[in-house]
Amino acid sequence: MPLNLSYEGHSFPPGEPYLVGREKIREFARAVGADDAAYHDPEAAAALGHPDVIAPPTFPTVLTIPLAARLFAEHPDVGIDFSRIVHGDQRFAYERPVRAGDALVCRPVLEKLSSRAGLDSVSVRTEIVTVEGELVVTSWAKIVARTEA
Amino acid sequence: MAVFTTGAELAPLTFVVTRADLIRYAGASLDFNPIHWSDRVAVKNGLPGVIAHGMYTMALAARALTTWAGDPAAVTDFSVRFTRPVIVPDDDSGVEVVISGVVKEVAEDGTAQVMVTAVSAGEKVLGQARATVRPGRLLDPAE
Repeated sequence: MPLNLSYEGHSFPPGEPYLVGREKIREFARAVGADDAAYHDPEAAAALGHPDVIAPPTFPTVLTIPLAARLFAEHPDVGIDFSRIVHGDQRFAYERPVRAGDALVCRPVLEKLSSRAGLDSVSVRTEIVTVEGELVVTSWAKIVARTEA
Repeated sequence: MAVFTTGAELAPLTFVVTRADLIRYAGASLDFNPIHWSDRVAVKNGLPGVIAHGMYTMALAARALTTWAGDPAAVTDFSVRFTRPVIVPDDDSGVEVVISGVVKEVAEDGTAQVMVTAVSAGEKVLGQARATVRPGRLLDPAE
């Protein structure tokens, strides 16, 4: 299915809140080899001014990758086959670190869609906010799909 | 506190990536794209073999940034382009990714702009990788 350029600028409603747990942060930190105490030990995090353990910088990928997979599966008319995509670029801008106890929702917008030379690309901006409405981090991701066999 | 100085070259950090690391990262990050664990699917997608998640390489670069800053919460903005794949062999020794950085600018409050380079098998695997890093920002009484 061709890329549906009319989705440019389209936003999607936030899904169910993601509750950030200490053990998920620890699991992610171990998986990337991040052994700073603030990612693992609430007391060490508190000594640096954080209310609970904080997540390594790229942790929001735990929310944004499954979100993108779900969006393109639930909206096949966008025209992105998630099984054929690669990640083109990624940016995070942080208001503060994600931390254990955050209940986060994602507000995705398809900022830019383009189709050229056998490649479709979609740039997704996602604001990640607490259920109380505090912006924590903004993610920009470019998803690229090859359209030729 | 002056952690960074303009023009400083930050000590390169070398990370070793194995297939086992990718399996663990897939589970922790919830990114189960088979090109990161199946040679069959990777080759079908035109790759030489299993490649690391781009976000795994970005995570290693983030480790370098927080290590240089001496503060796990110092990164306030970080962007990368995934220009070349990190090819991870099916053996026990894996492949090296070397992360280096140069401080482009330091503001009065200590906020630094850092350009990051990531090299694996002699190739740059990230493009236009830049970060804003502010060590000790949460302990700053001015905030």
